[in-house]
Amino acid sequence: MSDLGGLLSYGVFFLAQAAIFAVVCLGLNLQWGYTGLFNIGVSGFFLVGAYAFAILCGPEYPMRLGGFGLPFPVGLAGSVAAAALVAWVVGIPTLRLRGDYLAIVTIGIAATLQLVALNAQWLTGGSQGTGGIPRPLPEAADTVLGRNLLMLAVVAAVVVAVYAALEAVVRSPWGRVLKAIREDETAASSLGKNAFAFRLQAFAIGSAIMGAGGALHASFIGFVSPQDFQPVLTFQVWTMLVVGGSGNNRGAVLGALLMWAVWTLSGSLAQQLLPADLQVKGGAAQVVLIGLVLMAMLVLRPRGLIGEEAVVSREAEVGPARGAGR
Amino acid sequence: MSAPALEVRALVAGYVPELDILRGVSLEVREHEIVTVLGPNGAGKSTLMKTIAGLVPMRAGTIRLFGTDLPGVAAHRMVRHGLAYVPQVGNVFARLSIEENLAIGACARTDRAAIEEDLARMYALFPRLGERRRQPAGTLSGGERQMVAVARALMARPRVLMLDEPSAGLSPLMVGTLFAKVREVREVRETGLSILVVEQNARAALAVSDRGYVLAEGRERITGDAHALLADPEVGELYLGARRALA
Amino acid sequence: MIAQYAADGIVLGATLALGAIGLTLTYNILRFANFAHGEFLTFGAYFALVFAALFAGGQTLGPLTFGWGFLEAVAAAVVLTGLLALVLDRLLFRALRRSDVTVTLVIASFGASLMLRNVVVFVWGSRPEYYSREIAVRSELLPGVFMSADEVFVIGLTALAMLALALFLSRTRLGRAMRAVSDDPALARVSGIDVQAVIRWTWLIGGGLAAVAGALFGLTVQISPEMGFNMILPMFAAAILGGVGSIQGAVLGGLVIGLAQALSVPLIGAAYKPAVAFALMFLILLFYPRGILGGRT
Repeated sequence: MSDLGGLLSYGVFFLAQAAIFAVVCLGLNLQWGYTGLFNIGVSGFFLVGAYAFAILCGPEYPMRLGGFGLPFPVGLAGSVAAAALVAWVVGIPTLRLRGDYLAIVTIGIAATLQLVALNAQWLTGGSQGTGGIPRPLPEAADTVLGRNLLMLAVVAAVVVAVYAALEAVVRSPWGRVLKAIREDETAASSLGKNAFAFRLQAFAIGSAIMGAGGALHASFIGFVSPQDFQPVLTFQVWTMLVVGGSGNNRGAVLGALLMWAVWTLSGSLAQQLLPADLQVKGGAAQVVLIGLVLMAMLVLRPRGLIGEEAVVSREAEVGPARGAGR
Repeated sequence: MSAPALEVRALVAGYVPELDILRGVSLEVREHEIVTVLGPNGAGKSTLMKTIAGLVPMRAGTIRLFGTDLPGVAAHRMVRHGLAYVPQVGNVFARLSIEENLAIGACARTDRAAIEEDLARMYALFPRLGERRRQPAGTLSGGERQMVAVARALMARPRVLMLDEPSAGLSPLMVGTLFAKVREVREVRETGLSILVVEQNARAALAVSDRGYVLAEGRERITGDAHALLADPEVGELYLGARRALA
Repeated sequence: MIAQYAADGIVLGATLALGAIGLTLTYNILRFANFAHGEFLTFGAYFALVFAALFAGGQTLGPLTFGWGFLEAVAAAVVLTGLLALVLDRLLFRALRRSDVTVTLVIASFGASLMLRNVVVFVWGSRPEYYSREIAVRSELLPGVFMSADEVFVIGLTALAMLALALFLSRTRLGRAMRAVSDDPALARVSGIDVQAVIRWTWLIGGGLAAVAGALFGLTVQISPEMGFNMILPMFAAAILGGVGSIQGAVLGGLVIGLAQALSVPLIGAAYKPAVAFALMFLILLFYPRGILGGRT
């Protein structure tokens, strides 16, 4: 009986984390799949959401901003707003850049945000991180399994909400303009649509969704530190989207579930098979494995498992000119 | 009779999979000839040259140089077979000097001494280039750039030279000079040089050519002696939309 | 005091310049931003480490902390890293180039960068390493400026490498061919240049230069799996600042970024140093994307 309980517990834990990734992946899908924005700074907006939640809902620490002890929904909303704000501020100068340059800059943004998290003690607690971040409705359940189930329910609700909202948005007039801009910007501009404004909105909304994911992560784990927001996180989310199928919200969710399963499975395998002193190397091998999956997908099936055809080729027409490698 | 210098049969080619620009073109350039290809815009004249040069893959048909079949040969290898191509735009290396542009023209060759000779010959043929040999090609005027482009192609000691709209963007005076040079080039060569020209400026080109073709909708419609074409009202129709002679 | 920072900046700048040259070459000829370039530095340093251990046992050269063994190790690392770059292109980038999707290449290179870093951890572990146990002693070369012989060597070797590259590009057939391909690939093809061969050489040379940069950084600072990745943003900054495609630009950019990073330390502290390069690059992209000596955006 306890074995089943253990398995159930593990399953719930796994699904909750997969669902958090699904949220972030949906945000990236809006930016990349629907708008063609090349954001390789995913970890940065996830970080903003996580720390914003920690500050709003977490306990008080000496000499540090925080301890407001606000309820979960307020914290979530605040994180979403914070991520959106950062994206807005960063997007105004950045989104005029295209393709490669946008990619490079977003990497720098994520790196800078992590640097701030590492050094701004008064804001984030520095390299030690910050803990004691509460779950939603902490009194409602008193077993570990109960608490995790509750969290899973909350995260799943967010996934459903974001999914529904994005599906609606994509079919809305706003979404149609976005699609038109993605397909042919000059034509769309000639119709009087300010392409830049739309792109900025998509960027901000997508980043806001990533921030929500960050808040959920902070609440679930209860503790955040700068080491949680490395480039490997961005890489995981991108792999999920590419594998699942960009331009398709179901693809985003599917990719998140699937790749998280691959990740955790390979992680446990490494843990079981490798002796203690090779654990770090096991982690490294894990990344290499995931990388190979991404590469294989990009080469063999760039549209992903259930993705749209030719979504990824948009930037090719507006990016840097075709090179010599034919 | 020996094989023609350049022979194209039933050539089919295009840029996008669903659309054929060339729909079965056939033409030939005999040794030592200057042949002009005319036609309205969109007829496929540039595509024809790019396909022969190896820049656009051919979908059907044959291309032969001096009787040798050359299917789908890579562009840089066509040069080794004796073909030189001067594109209409992007025909000089703007950031390299004139001298370097010419040197690159000879990059497929190994006969050092002969290359030096040819370089001197180019400067004699185009004195303006000799004066400015260290200048980056991008700083030159349109006419000078055209000279560099042609000289670059000649440095390969080609047996077949292809010129894509050489008079584009040039003043009438320069056009005259250019075509005079083209004829001159053919005379000074020891080995026979055969030249294929694609042109919008039909009169100027036909005046220096031996034969011509009129291309329309991806296929050759009319062919004949250059003088005859100039006088043919049908050519005028295809070309100018009016049933009268070009000259 | 400023002079010392400037000296430190020039040493760092020299390393960045070497790395940025390879980056700007591939960026220009192949038209994509190769994020994995930083890993060429890392692998260069680690390959040199392996060979240095093999060739160990010789005398150190004068005031330097290393002997001929190290130099031979660097030479071997140059060859191996060039081949690594070539293999990476052959296995991954070439397949993606055919699909004509510029952006997929960037994501793939980002992924390749992450993978290669982890291969390093897998093979060599994550602890920092050093080429020798010798302490590099700094002496006062100019009033207020302290540098070690190794650091002077870095500057000297970098200058030599750049001179060699400049001569190569202007005096040799292959060098000219590379410049031609970078200027106009289609014209290069119809002029008789084998563009595929030029691309292969570009990877070899770019990778080789990165290896030297990595070894020199490892010599004067340390060798770690993250070393190349930590420099990828400053290298991009250097390439963009100087103008993508311009070798002199990459050199100039490298020096400027190196100096800026070093000189920023008294102003904003060492912690935020990495952000300086990024901020500079950001400003250039916003206001002057062609760069100082650049030709194309």
